[in-house]
Amino acid sequence: MKYNWNWGILWQTSIDGQNTWIMMLIHGLGWTLFAALCAGVIALLLGSVIGVVRTTDHKWLVRLGNAYVELFRNIPLLVQLFLWFFVIPELLPKAFGSAIKQMPPPWGSFVPAVIGLGLFTAARVAEQVRAGIQSLPRGQRMAGTALGLTQAQTYRHVLLPMAFRIIMPPLTSETMNLIKNTSVALTIGLVELTAAARSMQEFTFQVFEAFTAATVIYIIVNLVVVNLLRWLEKSVAVPGFIGPAAVGGGGH
Amino acid sequence: MGSFDFDVIARSLGYLFREGMVFTLTLTALAAVGGIVFGTLLAMMRLSSFKWLSLAATGYVNLMRSIPLLLVIFWFYFLVPYIGAWLTGAARPIHVGAFASSVITFTMFEAAYYSEIMRAGIQSIPRGQVWAGYALGLNYWQTMGTVVLPQAFRNMIPILLTQTIILFQDTSLVYVLSITDFLGAASKVAQRDSRLVEMYLFAALVYFIVSFGLSLLVKRLQQKIAIVR
Amino acid sequence: MRKLSLAVLAAAFVAAPAIAQDSPTLKKIKDSGTVTIGHRDSSLPFSYYDDKQQVVGYAIDICMHVVDAIKAELKMPNLKVAFNPVTSATRIPLIANGTIDLECGSTTNNVARQQQVGFTNTYFVTANRYVAKKSSNIKSLADLKGKTVVSTAGTTNIKWLTEENAKANMGMSILTAKDHAEAFLMVETGRAVAFFMDDILLYGLVANSKAPGDFMVGSEAYSVEPYGAMMPRDDAGFRKVVDGATAKLYTSPAMAALYDKWFNKPVPPKGIALMVPMSPQLKRVLANPTSSGDPAVYQ
Repeated sequence: MKYNWNWGILWQTSIDGQNTWIMMLIHGLGWTLFAALCAGVIALLLGSVIGVVRTTDHKWLVRLGNAYVELFRNIPLLVQLFLWFFVIPELLPKAFGSAIKQMPPPWGSFVPAVIGLGLFTAARVAEQVRAGIQSLPRGQRMAGTALGLTQAQTYRHVLLPMAFRIIMPPLTSETMNLIKNTSVALTIGLVELTAAARSMQEFTFQVFEAFTAATVIYIIVNLVVVNLLRWLEKSVAVPGFIGPAAVGGGGH
Repeated sequence: MGSFDFDVIARSLGYLFREGMVFTLTLTALAAVGGIVFGTLLAMMRLSSFKWLSLAATGYVNLMRSIPLLLVIFWFYFLVPYIGAWLTGAARPIHVGAFASSVITFTMFEAAYYSEIMRAGIQSIPRGQVWAGYALGLNYWQTMGTVVLPQAFRNMIPILLTQTIILFQDTSLVYVLSITDFLGAASKVAQRDSRLVEMYLFAALVYFIVSFGLSLLVKRLQQKIAIVR
Repeated sequence: MRKLSLAVLAAAFVAAPAIAQDSPTLKKIKDSGTVTIGHRDSSLPFSYYDDKQQVVGYAIDICMHVVDAIKAELKMPNLKVAFNPVTSATRIPLIANGTIDLECGSTTNNVARQQQVGFTNTYFVTANRYVAKKSSNIKSLADLKGKTVVSTAGTTNIKWLTEENAKANMGMSILTAKDHAEAFLMVETGRAVAFFMDDILLYGLVANSKAPGDFMVGSEAYSVEPYGAMMPRDDAGFRKVVDGATAKLYTSPAMAALYDKWFNKPVPPKGIALMVPMSPQLKRVLANPTSSGDPAVYQ
């Protein structure tokens, strides 16, 4: 191995003349988490709506929901981000498109990244929500109807509270995927954690220190988020109901 | 960007498919085969009764699953020649081309995901079959190779294929290394001729057709297998 | 007699791998039968794809002379040439890790980079400037205060830009692009006001854009950037072959014709001539080949 290791580089002042390189990476992590949070909110809201719609008996709504999931699942995320960043502004009316393109950094890449990541992840959440609802015994829906609840009320008070508890484990891994997927936004100029490590590598030539530091940060984030969500899962669990085992039954 | 010029697609079709798509599909196929083989080994290690084997495999799978693929791509592109030198005892990093490096990267990364699928597949086979194998005088490798793995693999084919469709989409990320895969080819033409709108829409369409077509096939296969079972 | 022939045989046996022994790069090239050249996507006219997606350019032509010298040195007339695309950000680690043997593009030779890689004799001298749309009325660096600008990842230009921005408190937002074509596109589509890059690359990008009349390159030059082909560091045997080949080419009459071919005559993909006559500095540097990383040598 002919490589000059220099771990001290992390504590040296970075190219911007103020912060150390490690602070640059942590700054990148901030953008990773913020983008993931914003995209996560979009994904959870939109994904739940589409997931629910796909379990109703409105045929054309089900079809629309299915079409959404297939469309966003079958195009690579990178290509989707290119569409939001490069293509959409050119298709909009000129003034509007220019306004989008001239948003100051990092918003010019942050906004398309969040929209792209949010809509992409929504398709995956929709699939989980649908599976969760369909895994519930049919009796629950009937019980709701028997109690005189409307369809909306049945979903709100009977089906969704159970379905969301059931799909907590797959949603946890979707959250992790989302955090990791924000790295794809570096291709449209968002300086998140991976991009910060890249830029450190370019300016210092210390390839492996930069990537090792980023890897360690990702692992820590992974551990923290997974444990946080597990704790959440436990604290909302309905006593005596073994949720996760029910998933899979309603798959196909 | 002015008026659209869809002729740019027609002019570059040969390049897009003969170079770009061929690269993407070859990479997908090799990484899928390599990933399933290595993933199956990892799954067997995780289920093994040797604690350190199982720990090593678990550690590897968890590591690969906690870092973004893009970071893994950068890691391997720059690191593989050094590992090669270390393995062969060479004084200098050995030469590993862009294609070989991509195949190694995706094999190693996807193996972590394939291993989770194969682990579930192996666990779905009743323990009694393993005991029956041993009772017949088969050793571990014979029992695995002739009894457990064929069934596990067969049961998991639809999920393995679904993961391969994801792999097909993931290969587009080699774009960051300026390698000429399908998306790389499209973006080179797009930037040279300033035709981003046309080329990226076309790329999205092609990826959609291939992935959606394959996923329909997987669904039909799933029904077929379900009936046989 | 028998002893003699044995000695000759032994000498021949030792002599053949001797070159390879003291140069790991030559040994690698010999063993694999392939020399791998790193090239760029859009460094016109140095190293880029033409309209048929072939890699062409001034630097590529120079490297082909180097390849001929390697063939002669190794006595391997059928040596294969593999092309590996690189970006400004990947080129240095890829030389360091042996993925490419020679990088033929638009890489500035400087002292900091010489800690990582080796450079052969300089084949061009350029300067860091910016390109902007005429309509945005940028007259000097001061006009860019608080504006969004772009440069390419991993270049000396973005390094200068980032440092200058901090030092002079310019408050510019700096975008990073993967390659020059993408960076220029940022200006063309209005995402950034100016693109900082080596002027010769800017002339090439402007000349080949859809509306060359819309752009202007700034009159102020911010640095001197000598270009050379990159090769692995600390490999004297390989350096001798590469430096020898480039020095021989630069000082031969063929060099003027080669320069003319790429800078004064129409070049692909669009058949536009850049019309950049050879500068006095470059004339001097080519007549007395140097691989110095000190900008003062090129003033």
